[in-house]
Amino acid sequence: MLSIFFKRIFLAIPVLFAVASITFFLIKLAPGGPFDADRAVSPQVLKNLNEAYNLDASNWEQYVDYMSGLLRGDLGPSFRFPGRSVSEMISTGLPITFELAFYAILIALFMGVFSGVLAALKRNTFLDFIPMAIAMIGICVPTFLMGPLLVLIFGINLEILPVSGWGQLPGDKILPSLTLGFAYAAYIARLSRGGMLEVLNQDFIRTARAKGLTERMVVIKHAMQGGLIPVVSFLGPAIAGLLAGSFVVETIFQIPGLGRFYVEAAFNRDYTMILGTTIFFSAMIVFFNLLSDLAALWLNPRSRDAS
Amino acid sequence: MLKKLFILFLIISIPFIYIKSCSGGGGSYQSPVDSGLENGIFHFGNGSEPQGIDPHVVTGVPEHHILISLCEGLTIANPNGGGNLPGVAESWTISDDGKEYIFNLNKNARWSNGETMTADDFVWSWMRILTASLGSQYPDMLYYLVGAEEYHTGKTDNFDDVGIKAIDEHTLKVTLKSPTPFFLGLLSHYSTWPVHKETVLKHGTIDDRNGQWTRPGNFVCNGPFQLKKWELNNKIVVEKNPHYWDASRVQLNEIHFYPVSNVMTEDRMFRAGQLHLTSTLPSQKCPIYIEENNPDLRIDSYMGQYFYRLNTNNPYLNDVKVRKALAYTIDRKAIVEKVTKCGQIPAYSFTPPGSNGYYPDTEIPFDPELAKQLMAEAGYSESNPFPKLEILFNTNEDHRKIALAIQQMWQQNLGIEVELVNQDWKVYLSREMVGDFQVSRAGWIGDYEDPNTFLDLMRPNRGNNKTGWEDPEFDAIVQKANSTNNQEERYILLMEAERILIDNMPIIPLYTYVRAYQLSADVKGYNPHILDHHHPKFIYLERD
Repeated sequence: MLSIFFKRIFLAIPVLFAVASITFFLIKLAPGGPFDADRAVSPQVLKNLNEAYNLDASNWEQYVDYMSGLLRGDLGPSFRFPGRSVSEMISTGLPITFELAFYAILIALFMGVFSGVLAALKRNTFLDFIPMAIAMIGICVPTFLMGPLLVLIFGINLEILPVSGWGQLPGDKILPSLTLGFAYAAYIARLSRGGMLEVLNQDFIRTARAKGLTERMVVIKHAMQGGLIPVVSFLGPAIAGLLAGSFVVETIFQIPGLGRFYVEAAFNRDYTMILGTTIFFSAMIVFFNLLSDLAALWLNPRSRDAS
Repeated sequence: MLKKLFILFLIISIPFIYIKSCSGGGGSYQSPVDSGLENGIFHFGNGSEPQGIDPHVVTGVPEHHILISLCEGLTIANPNGGGNLPGVAESWTISDDGKEYIFNLNKNARWSNGETMTADDFVWSWMRILTASLGSQYPDMLYYLVGAEEYHTGKTDNFDDVGIKAIDEHTLKVTLKSPTPFFLGLLSHYSTWPVHKETVLKHGTIDDRNGQWTRPGNFVCNGPFQLKKWELNNKIVVEKNPHYWDASRVQLNEIHFYPVSNVMTEDRMFRAGQLHLTSTLPSQKCPIYIEENNPDLRIDSYMGQYFYRLNTNNPYLNDVKVRKALAYTIDRKAIVEKVTKCGQIPAYSFTPPGSNGYYPDTEIPFDPELAKQLMAEAGYSESNPFPKLEILFNTNEDHRKIALAIQQMWQQNLGIEVELVNQDWKVYLSREMVGDFQVSRAGWIGDYEDPNTFLDLMRPNRGNNKTGWEDPEFDAIVQKANSTNNQEERYILLMEAERILIDNMPIIPLYTYVRAYQLSADVKGYNPHILDHHHPKFIYLERD
C-alpha cells in the first residue's frame, strides 16, 4: 500500500505541472486584463501598472518567472488586492472552507449512511421509500435554492438562527453546514442503499446469520464493511468537490472561504490568484482521491490482497 | 466495528453539541442591529471586499466608504449638499483670478498616532500621487495644479515646479493652471487625501503599491475613525479615533463594514437585523418595496447617468442622422416605468440635471415619425434596410431587460434588426476599449459635484470617451468654461457644450440613476447626498 502511495504522489507532480502550465497560458488567452476598469486608466498609468507587476515582459518570461516562484513556494502578489500575497489569501480562506466542508461531510455521512442502510434493510417499505424520496429531492434541489429556503424558515420567519456569517454570531454555522451537507447526504444515502443491497444478498451474510449472530451484528460487523465501500470511494472526490465547490454556499451565507476568492479571481482577471487557487485545488483533488482509494483498498480485502 | 461506529458517532455529535451550546438552546438571539444601538456600532453593508485602503492606489465605492471614515482631506463634502465644509483646512482664501488657494490647516488636526498634521504632509502626499511608478489611477484629479501633469508624465522631475507649497507648518499654497471652480470639491475625493509619510516609508518606498502600511496595527491616517480589525472577505472594523480634531462630534463607537457582494444575501441580512444599511437593493424587489411602503426603503438622487455609447467609427453609425433616429425612438419614460421601476428619472442630457445648480435645457424627443424621416434622409428605406445592429452589455439581468426593451423599440419603430450580445465584465470592457462594438451600454457616476465631471469625458483623447467622437468646438467651449471664474457664465458655456453633444448624439442618455437602499430607522444623520458621500461624524444611532 505504501508503494501505491508513493507511486501516486510521484505521478501527481507532472499532473500539477501540467495544470499550472495550461492554466497560465489559458488565462492569458482570455480577453481583458487585471487593470481594465469601468473608469479607464490612462495609457501612462496602465504602463506603470504593467511594469509594477512584470506584465510588460513576454508571456514566456512571465511563465518562467512564475514557475520558478512556484518551485520556491511563492504564488506571487494578488493583482486585485494590492499588498496581499496569494499564499496569504489562500491561508486565510482555507481553514474556513475546510471547517465548512468538515461539518458538511459529517452531516452528509450521518444522514446519508443512516437513511441508506435503513432503506436497504427495510427494502420496499415506507422506511425505504420515504428516505429515498427525500434523497432524490436532496439531489435535485440545488444549494442556491436550499440555502435561501432554510434561511427564510429558520432565519427570517422563526428568527432562531442568523442568516449569514461564519463564527460571528451564535449558531451561524448551522445553516451553511446543513445546506452543503444535504446535497451530499442525498448521494451518500443512495450509494449506501445500493451497496448494502448488493452485500446483503451475498453468501457470507447468510453464513453470519447461520452462525446465529444477531441481525444487528450481521449488519454492523459484516454487511456495512462491504456495503459502504462505494461511499468511501465517493468521499475522496466529494471532499475535494466540497472544498472547491463551496462557492455558492459561501456566497449565500457570506462566508469568507476560499471558494469566493477562486471564482471572483477569474472575473477580476487576477492572474496569480487564479493560478494559485487552481493549483491548490488540483493538489487537493489529487490528494483526497488518493486518500479515498487507499481507504477503499484497506476496507476491501479482495482488492487489498490483489494489490 | 461497533467501537469504530461509536467513535464516528461521537465525532459527528461534536458540531451539534457545539452548535446547541452556542445558540443558547435554540432561543432567539439579540440581533446585531439591536446590540449595535446599545454599543454605538453601525453595521454597514459595503458591497464587495475593498481592494485595499491606500487612498492613492485604490478606486471604487466600497473603498470610498471605508476611507471616508479613516482619512480626511483638506475639505469634506457637505452632508446637506452644496459647498464643501472644512476638513483638515479650517479656512481658505482664493485669489481674485481664482488660481491661487491658501489653506489654513487646523492646528488641532492630528494623525491617528497623535502626531500633528502639517502642510508638508500634503505636499509629500500629493507628490506620491503624482509619482508615476506608484500607478495611482487618479493622478488627473491633481492635473489642475501648475506642473502636476508634467511631473506625472516625466516632463519634469523637479517637484518644486508643481503648484503646491508649504508656506509654514500650517499654511498650504496651491497654484492652479486656470481657475477651476470645482477645485474645492475635488479635495473631498479620497485620491487627494493625505497619507502618513513615516508610516508609508517604514513599510516600503514612496511608490510601493504593496506596502504593508495599510494593515491593522500599522495603519495611520487622520479621519474620525481608525482601523481596528480587517478580516478578509468577512468584515472591516473601525473604531473612534480619539485624536481626530472634531472627535467630540463623532457619536459612533465603531463601524463594521461587511463585504456582501450578493444583493439577495444583503437583503436577507437586513431583514434579519444584521445590518443597519445595505449598499443596494435587489432590483426586482424595489417595485415590491415601493408598493408595500417599506419604511426602510430609501431612494435618493444620485449623480449618475445610464446611457448607450454609439461607436462613431462604425460606417453606419458615423451618420449623425442615424444616431439621432436611434435616440428618438427610445421611449425613456416607458423604460423607467415598466423596466427599471425604482424611481429612476428619464434622461434628456448627458449631465444629470441638478448637479450643483446646473440644469441643462437639452431635449431628446420620443418621435418615431421624425426618426423614420431621419433614416430616410440617411438613405435607408425598405428596399435598402439598415443593417443588423449589435448592443453590447456586460452580463447582468437588469442590463438585459433594458436592452430587450430598446431592441423592441428599434425593431418596431425603425425596422432595424437588433442582436443582444452579453459578455463577461472584462471582455465587455476590453471590447469597448478597442472599439469592437456598435452600441454598448454604459454608466457614469460623477466624482465631484460639477457638470465638468461628465462633459470632460467626451473631450478628445479622454480614455473614457470610447465613442470615437471628437468635436473641436465642443472641446474649445468646455475648455473656455473651465478657465472662467464666473459660475453663471461657466454654466452658460457648459450648456452650450451639452447642446452640441446632444445634437451630435455619440451617446444616447437613457435615465438618471437613483441610489436605492435600505436603512434602519435607528440610523440618524445619514442624509441623501448626490455623490453618496456620508461623513460618519454626522451619523448616529438612536431608537426610532
